[in-house]
Amino acid sequence: MAELSRLAVLGAGHVGPVIARLAVRAGYPVAIATSGGPDDIALITELVIPGAQPRWAADAVADAGIVVLAIPLNRFVDIDPGLLNGKIVVDAMNYWPASDGVLKAFEEGGSSEIVANRLAGSSVVKALNHIGYHELEDRARPAAAPDRRAAGVAGDDPVAVTAIAGLVDQIGYDPVRFEILRAGRVLEPGGPVFGTVLTLPAFERAVRNDARSLT
Amino acid sequence: MTYTFGLDTFGDRNGGADGQPLSHAQTIRNVVEEGVFAERAGVDFFGIGEHHTGYFPMPAGDVVLAAIAARTGRIRLGSAVTVLSSDDPVRVFQRYSTLNAISGGRAEVILGRGSSIESFPLFGYDLADYEDLFEEKATLFAELLKGGPVTWDGKTRAPLLNQDVVPHTESGPFPAWIGVGGNPQSVVRAARLGFSLMLAIIGGPPGRFAVFSELFQRALEKFGRPPLPVGVHSPGHVAATDEQAKAEFWPRWRDIISLVADERGFAVPTEESFDTETGPHGALYVGSPETVAQKIAANLRALGATRFDLKYGMPGLTHEQLITNIELYGHQVIPRVRELLG
Repeated sequence: MAELSRLAVLGAGHVGPVIARLAVRAGYPVAIATSGGPDDIALITELVIPGAQPRWAADAVADAGIVVLAIPLNRFVDIDPGLLNGKIVVDAMNYWPASDGVLKAFEEGGSSEIVANRLAGSSVVKALNHIGYHELEDRARPAAAPDRRAAGVAGDDPVAVTAIAGLVDQIGYDPVRFEILRAGRVLEPGGPVFGTVLTLPAFERAVRNDARSLT
Repeated sequence: MTYTFGLDTFGDRNGGADGQPLSHAQTIRNVVEEGVFAERAGVDFFGIGEHHTGYFPMPAGDVVLAAIAARTGRIRLGSAVTVLSSDDPVRVFQRYSTLNAISGGRAEVILGRGSSIESFPLFGYDLADYEDLFEEKATLFAELLKGGPVTWDGKTRAPLLNQDVVPHTESGPFPAWIGVGGNPQSVVRAARLGFSLMLAIIGGPPGRFAVFSELFQRALEKFGRPPLPVGVHSPGHVAATDEQAKAEFWPRWRDIISLVADERGFAVPTEESFDTETGPHGALYVGSPETVAQKIAANLRALGATRFDLKYGMPGLTHEQLITNIELYGHQVIPRVRELLG
């Protein structure tokens, strides 16, 4: 039986382990998986993400309420959408052609909207994509810390947005909600907050001045 | 513990005395002089990172290293990094094996991606295939390094059947590293293939890499391999005082990061973020010899590393500023770090 607050992190590259570690620290039960078997990432999990469980992707997802996609976007098509039915899916991926190459399927529109189209049975939330993996952990702060920073959370399903805003808050950032997924374009590469780690007022100012948020 | 200390350059296009950029050709000739000078200053290694842009006009570092090899006798010479995914592993082996011959066994190679993306369209590769290209080519490169005829079959180049690849080395494989930027699976791959690990730490707190060093040694054990060294590559600039180093480096760093930020769509760094990066817990080694030495010693200790390569220079800095940097690094920073590490 899936537990709403149980996380399955898909991807053990730059980003997945950082999110997994932050979630473990925040008290979430966390499983991590790649396209291979748990043995492949057992050592990585033991040392880099102590407290998380390495699992097969299908098993990790089956037991989870929240699935974090932290895989290269070009591998997204390898994921069976049926596997993610009924799940809250955090899209932490980016379409970043200048860094990762052009993907034709993602040339038009927001990348998370394209992800959501393919995952019709899931509630897709765009989050944790715009702060660099090298800073995400270092900048995390408990609630009400004076130097706490903000992170965006965008999705069409208010229940899912609330769940992920809670996750973002628990791992150490002031969540900034966007009630439609399309508005999450403001979090993408080329947008006003991508690659920066801003305080809540600075984040809101940056986003307000960006046309993409006027939707 | 034996420590080695290197300098890396991307062929950062020099500024002239008048503030105008020097030509690509003059910048390359200056890199040759800097490599020769590095040996005289007591530096152990000189590395050249492959880049293909107007501000880093350095696509053929092995040719430049050969020129330095002909004028030096002790300093080790290598790539930092070779963008293996968009190159042919057989040709990379041949070029560095030739450098090894010219230099009397002083060649090394660091394989990786660096932050370079320009070589992919230039040579007809798709950046989206990066991971598959690197995995296959690094595996072939590990085979080539062993020496002896190679039999290999894959998707990224023509198969090899009992192929003798020349020139042979005189005394076994030359040192080969994989440069890793924070992906634990890349750390495990380096161990699996038997490469040494070069941690490229160019932003954020270096301490977060300590776990990768441990992961590397544990993975080597798991694959039944002997321990291999861990190194650190980070950018920086040494001048007489902290203030002077920051004043020289900051505008150059801001300009180049802003340019890359604009090309790739991320936010421009602020002076606040620069102060964080140059502080004790940041990734940049900018300051007086004492400041930089303290930071290197602390991080080598924290990361279980025995090699440090300072990526010196930045587009717009003058050749003379770089020579001063090299002089201070060789004559003051390195001896001080050795002293601090006992």
